[in-house]
Amino acid sequence: MKALRNYLDKIKPHFREGGKFEKLHSTFDAFETFLFVPDKTTVKGSHIRDAIDMKRTMSVVIVAMLPALFFGIWNTGYQHFLSTGQQAGFWQIIGYGLQKVIPIVAVSYIAGLGVEFVFAQIRKHEVNEGYLVSGMLIPLVMPVDIPLWMVAVASIFAVIIGKEVFGGTGMNVFNPALLARAFIFFAYPAKITGDTIWIGGLSKGQGVVDGFSGATPLSKAAAGAIEQIPSLHDLFFGFIPGSIGETSKLAILIGALILIITGIGSWRIMLSGLLGGISISLIFNAFAANSYMTLSPLTQMLMGSFLFGMVYMATDPVTAAQTNRGKWIYGFLAGFFAIMIRVFNPAYPEGTMLAILLMNAFAPLIDHFVVEANIRKRLKRSATVVKS
Amino acid sequence: MSDPNITREREPIFSAKILKLLKNPFNLENPITVQVLGICSALAVTVQLKPAIVMALSVTIVTAFSNLIISALRNTIPSRIRIIVQLAVVAALVIIVDQLLKAFVYDVSKKLSVFVGLIITNCILMGRLEAFAMGNKPWPSFVDGIGNGLGYGLILVIVAFVRELLGSGKIFGIPVIPRIFYQWGYMDNGLMILPPMALITIGIIIWVQRSRTRELQE
Repeated sequence: MKALRNYLDKIKPHFREGGKFEKLHSTFDAFETFLFVPDKTTVKGSHIRDAIDMKRTMSVVIVAMLPALFFGIWNTGYQHFLSTGQQAGFWQIIGYGLQKVIPIVAVSYIAGLGVEFVFAQIRKHEVNEGYLVSGMLIPLVMPVDIPLWMVAVASIFAVIIGKEVFGGTGMNVFNPALLARAFIFFAYPAKITGDTIWIGGLSKGQGVVDGFSGATPLSKAAAGAIEQIPSLHDLFFGFIPGSIGETSKLAILIGALILIITGIGSWRIMLSGLLGGISISLIFNAFAANSYMTLSPLTQMLMGSFLFGMVYMATDPVTAAQTNRGKWIYGFLAGFFAIMIRVFNPAYPEGTMLAILLMNAFAPLIDHFVVEANIRKRLKRSATVVKS
Repeated sequence: MSDPNITREREPIFSAKILKLLKNPFNLENPITVQVLGICSALAVTVQLKPAIVMALSVTIVTAFSNLIISALRNTIPSRIRIIVQLAVVAALVIIVDQLLKAFVYDVSKKLSVFVGLIITNCILMGRLEAFAMGNKPWPSFVDGIGNGLGYGLILVIVAFVRELLGSGKIFGIPVIPRIFYQWGYMDNGLMILPPMALITIGIIIWVQRSRTRELQE
């Protein structure tokens, strides 16, 4: 460690103004602060929480995502060998999972950070840390068989159109990772919907055991075959096909716990999102017009990416509502619409992505009305005080 | 008209001033990227190049001739009913263009469908008539109409080129992306066919234009 520090201090002058590599100063800065806690803390923007800087905030979120990532790697292998009917040991499963998931993570980081570095050089600011989280979220919301070039295109699109046009990290209206997924969803629908793409190798026509279907619980529910939905046990622990990070609700809850304890993710949004989802499920239960509507709220919560979205995506401090009351409204509606889109629209098997993007667009409006209401309340109070 | 001083000063047909009228709409006063007019049709007709070019020509012709006619009539139009007069002139021209398209390029006309008719409500036209033709002589007005129509068309063609190339892998309906790419796993971008991507493409054009042109930076 000491040697590394000394080395960095030695080459630092070259990157200062007037130095040999002046143009690469933001690149140097990015690596230096990534390796060592910098002596500067974040002074403005929406990421200020306390004395920690933005990079530490992002690191905690990354740590919170690791359980989902590790389980996703294992599940990728597990589902693959399940579909081919082969017996495989733990390490074989992990090996297959790593071989499928690591390239997606790498491509997402290289493409997204590449764009970030270019913009940092052009605009002469430091490389923003925001992408450290987005770069990890993007692979977690992708199916395993997604072509890597699509991940790259989507990451570049998300960083440029989702973030840089608005002014960089902290200014974006929409969650970049969700934007990347929405981009692939609308641009290359064949690669992100359907029943074969969720399991490694299945879409390339590998042999499968009889009776195996790669359909996700959601697609079974949408087809009306609710008796085929896996048991709650499987749904909770995540032994089901789905996007890489979304399947294990246990891993997501561990992540949620980390985010809540460190105070980085808003528990208000997570809780109200859950409440929103439960209330629309109960409303559906009351009508029960088709078999999908009769599903219990618990099943609805455990299927698909609902919990993943509410924990990691909806709580994004930049795109969510900022006021506390606004967070309740924002989270509630996000959960509410997520389940509603899923049940009502057969073209969209999952509604979490679209619901959160929709609420991202409405978050500033919600905040505006919350603040206005507060001002009006206080004016009224002060008026009565003056009168008495 | 009766003032002898004005009639005697004859400008050359292509003076610097006239050329500026023709040139400005391409960059500094572009109807789409700077004045943000005519966005609706720019999103709707730019899925392919051919309809976009036909649309651009139609708008250019209608803008130029409506500018010419309104400019010629400008001193006789009572200002209280000028909008309805302008609309009548534009509507007549649009109907002529629509009939011509139906007669000679029927397939394109079907693709453009309602958007030819909607040229009547195109803000670029009303903008030019109100802002230019009502206060200028016929010849500059005519040139201004051509310039603005072509400035509009330029953006349309750029957007349509990008969308047709990336959205369906074709240019003018001819496949240009090699087969081998598709075998390697390349896919046409379905989002490019949808209007949101047209808006984003226009946004990127505006972004590039503003960062290149100092006069437009606020």
